[in-house]
Amino acid sequence: MDFPNDYKYTKDHEWVLVKDGEAIVGITEFAQSELGELVFVDLPSVGQQVTQNGALCVVESTKAASDVYAPITGTVAVVNEALQDNPGLVNTSPYSDGWMVKIKDFSEEQVAALMSAEDYQALVGA
Amino acid sequence: MSAEPMKKIHSEEHKESMKPSYGDSQFIQRHNGLSAQAENEMLSSIGCATVEELIDSVIPDAVRSKKPLSLRAFPSALSEREALEYLQTIASKNTIARSFLGMGYYDCITPPVIQRNILENPGWYTQYTPYQAEISQGRLEALLNFQTVIIELTGLPVANASLLDEGTAAAEAMVMSQAIASKNNRSSGRREYLVSKAVHPQTLGVLMTRAEPLGIEVRVGDPDNFEFSEKTFGCLLQYPDTLGRIRPYEEVVSKAHKVGALATVAVDLLALCMLAPPSEFGADIAVGSAQRFGVPMGFGGPHAAFFATREEFKRSIPGRIVGVSKDSSGKPALRLALQTREQHIRREKATSNICTAQVLLAVMAGMYAVYHGPNGLRRIARRVHSLTSACVKLLRDGGLDVSSTSLFDTFTVSVGGKRSRIVRDAAEQSGLLVRIVDDSTVAVSFDEAKGIHDVVSLLSVFGVVATDEHVREAVELAEVIIPQDLLRQEDFLSQRVFNSHHTETEFLRYVRSLELKDLSLAHSMIPLGSCTMKLNATSEMLPVTWPHFSSLHPFAPEAHTKGYREMFSQLESSLCDITGFDGCSLQPNAGSQGEYAGLVVIRAYHQSRGEAHRTVCLIPSSAHGTNPASAVMTGMTVVSVACDSAGNVDVEDLRKKAAEHKDTLAALMITYPSTHGVFEGKIVEACSIIHQYGGQVYMDGANLNALVGLVKPSEFGADVCHINLHKTFCIPHGGGGPGMGPICCAEHLSPFLPNHAVVDLGHERGVGSISAAPWGSASILPISWMYIAMMGAEGLTQASQMAILSANYVAKRLEHDYPVVYRGEKGMVAHECIINLQPLKQEANVEVEDVAKRLMDYGFHAPTVSWPVAGTLMIEPTESESKEELDRFCDALIAIRQEVRSIADGTFDTVNNPLKNAPHTVYDATADQWDRPYSRTQAVFPCDWVREKKFWPSVGRIDGVYGDKNLFCSCDALS
Repeated sequence: MDFPNDYKYTKDHEWVLVKDGEAIVGITEFAQSELGELVFVDLPSVGQQVTQNGALCVVESTKAASDVYAPITGTVAVVNEALQDNPGLVNTSPYSDGWMVKIKDFSEEQVAALMSAEDYQALVGA
Repeated sequence: MSAEPMKKIHSEEHKESMKPSYGDSQFIQRHNGLSAQAENEMLSSIGCATVEELIDSVIPDAVRSKKPLSLRAFPSALSEREALEYLQTIASKNTIARSFLGMGYYDCITPPVIQRNILENPGWYTQYTPYQAEISQGRLEALLNFQTVIIELTGLPVANASLLDEGTAAAEAMVMSQAIASKNNRSSGRREYLVSKAVHPQTLGVLMTRAEPLGIEVRVGDPDNFEFSEKTFGCLLQYPDTLGRIRPYEEVVSKAHKVGALATVAVDLLALCMLAPPSEFGADIAVGSAQRFGVPMGFGGPHAAFFATREEFKRSIPGRIVGVSKDSSGKPALRLALQTREQHIRREKATSNICTAQVLLAVMAGMYAVYHGPNGLRRIARRVHSLTSACVKLLRDGGLDVSSTSLFDTFTVSVGGKRSRIVRDAAEQSGLLVRIVDDSTVAVSFDEAKGIHDVVSLLSVFGVVATDEHVREAVELAEVIIPQDLLRQEDFLSQRVFNSHHTETEFLRYVRSLELKDLSLAHSMIPLGSCTMKLNATSEMLPVTWPHFSSLHPFAPEAHTKGYREMFSQLESSLCDITGFDGCSLQPNAGSQGEYAGLVVIRAYHQSRGEAHRTVCLIPSSAHGTNPASAVMTGMTVVSVACDSAGNVDVEDLRKKAAEHKDTLAALMITYPSTHGVFEGKIVEACSIIHQYGGQVYMDGANLNALVGLVKPSEFGADVCHINLHKTFCIPHGGGGPGMGPICCAEHLSPFLPNHAVVDLGHERGVGSISAAPWGSASILPISWMYIAMMGAEGLTQASQMAILSANYVAKRLEHDYPVVYRGEKGMVAHECIINLQPLKQEANVEVEDVAKRLMDYGFHAPTVSWPVAGTLMIEPTESESKEELDRFCDALIAIRQEVRSIADGTFDTVNNPLKNAPHTVYDATADQWDRPYSRTQAVFPCDWVREKKFWPSVGRIDGVYGDKNLFCSCDALS
């Protein structure tokens, strides 16, 4: 499985990539394969405050509903509207087109403290 | 006559025939599936000499009842004939009257073709909830028809496939409104719900019970004076209201929307055939009861309630929704959609705890619409309205004061100073029931079953003399008493299915064509773990449609209901004898409602002792999803307790959590035997830990079929439990309801048992109404009564023993091919067993679902899939199956295991194989082209006995993802 080196990870299977001052958040290749094909992503609203490890959004397959947790504290700046019509992007492209939200007003230190690709890969054993 | 035969007749073996009984006195031999020989063979295969030895090695000594079961109401078992005669005597003590009571329950005409071919037909009433959609297309289509009726008549685009009753449907709407309004307005502080004072009183009763633990403030008032604020999350209106008035609600709905609140309207389906749908004045949710669409009143139930809402709220709707998807060949196919909303997946985050609903009754209501079609429905509605209108005119002509100016079938009459009781009594003398509104007002409701002569009788109660001829003339000239702008303009039910089956021949064939698509207990065993799919004997079913049970209004005067009350009291005392408890409430309409009732009783008990702060509910991680969902609905906080590697509740973790929350501990919810199918030895210790820390023990009675006669929950430490009468006590599952979930409890909890908003049940400190009707679904209680009466204490005990024997036999037969996941201390399972299919995934990339679908090709319904453990099947054979059937089922699973090995060793392709392509339809088997690397015979006749009675799945594997991404829940999508 693919876990890009420039991304940061959490033990709950989210990834973070800081780009242009915003932290992009999604779920990992491992997470999407465990969930199966997604049919719905319940995205937060723009402007919503999120706290590290607090609920960020919910992803649903036909058989499971799982919370996605905020890897970092901040404010939701943008959500990936494309997931409304095509939640399967999370399955087909978890690290790029399947991103979920962009967070602003966050602390770089919190991001830096997240897991490396290597550590995450060791965690999931894939 | 020689002496020889005389001697013989007095010998031991013929004593039985000397009993003064009719027919076969041994119902147990009809109910239990195992012959003495089979029993012995099965015992020896599991290494036990006797049944007693088996039970000793299954049930720990500490929980085993020391005394054999005895039943106060039934000292000995009755034969089928005796029980029916006895119950007939009891039923005849009920009085059948002409009900004008209304209040959400109306006399109606069940088309006989529906009564005999659906309500009384095991091909429709013995199935389980349609989770295995490929062998459930018949009732799924019937439910889609029901949803379409609701969608068309309410004007709202999404409807579910039924809820339990109008009261609980309104309560679901309240809770959903709060969640949506809070989310949309980003405020969690919305706690105020405005309710019209003219909703049915039993609806208000249920709302009050549900609101209180959630901190919701219900404000009752006149809708014109509702004061909406930023605190209001919603309102409930009734259309027409409980006194029959039809009022415009546009303004109040728009006031609700201005503050971001949701408007729910309780509606009447027959009225909506003439009235503008609630969608036209902006309603967000519509709820109601479909009873008067051909379902008997049955002294309160069962009936299907409905729930419809806007597209944007579809993911918050409670209960099951049937959706249109497609099968592996691209053909339209139906399935339960958006299941991730439900408690079995969401647990404490679920939108509702509802599980069993009212499928059979929803099917009937939908079929009533198919039978009559839009024109027939309009005709019935107009006729009811004309009778009502004529009656109003003749009363006015006779000098009576009828103030209503806009009505459908219900109006009030002012009878002057404190005269309403006199009028009511006079009506009763003539065999009519009218409703007392207050000292000087009575209300009258008409329905489909009333005719010209009923108007004559009713008029005479009010002192107005008229002949049939007068009334007939008045009906012909009757004016429509509905304002022009509230009359329905749009046509409805233009879909083909509602316009094609109006002759009985066509209708019968339609019903039968759907029935044939469903696998039921009439075909083969349905070994669903935790569901107890046992025999639903015909003798048990007969009384349901006896008029003395089916035609009573739930609010009929007490004197009219003596038979029902006698039957209730015998049933209650038997359930108490079986559980060892003191008090019983028959009100909860399903297991989920029983859980809720039990927890609010516990809550009230704590409050009565000044311990309202006890709100923590411990729930093992293995619990059924309804448990956490119910706990949250009673305002409790769920704390999960771990299970150990053997699947038992981790008692040390339980002790730790109980101690941690000792000041706030309210309850433990625990299933026994466990959801893992094991009699846990440490249950006594677990209960005593909870009691030590001030909590109460709630036992989920889902697995009671392993306990009856062997273990009493009260003896091992439980304080209250619910009983799924539709599992252990033979009420058929109806394809997903009706069910019944009465609760039994210890003496200290009895004062808090539910009471009712309309009928006094005598529990002064009771927790209020749990269901709309005082005894829930009263008319199906005779089923359980009959079962208990015919089995007797000894027979019930034997049934538990045979259920345990069958499960252990199945576990033994399967263990070489499928590891049994959990066993008790002595290596035995309880009345069900969980087998592990996870190795199949590694071996041949075969999922549990593939095996479940492949079982259909062998003519079987799959056991419970991936619950309570992912990647497993949970098998509950019950006591009613023969050894031959158990063997066929085991043979099928073993043959499938062999097919998996053939994939692993390369004989079969890894993708194009009989498992991945299952189920195979008749279209697959007879296609001109067959390009699969296995034979047609292998596909559809995988073993010899399948040839003898082949059940053909009507569609191929259904695409769940497509269905959930594209929700269509009306039959428009089929055309």
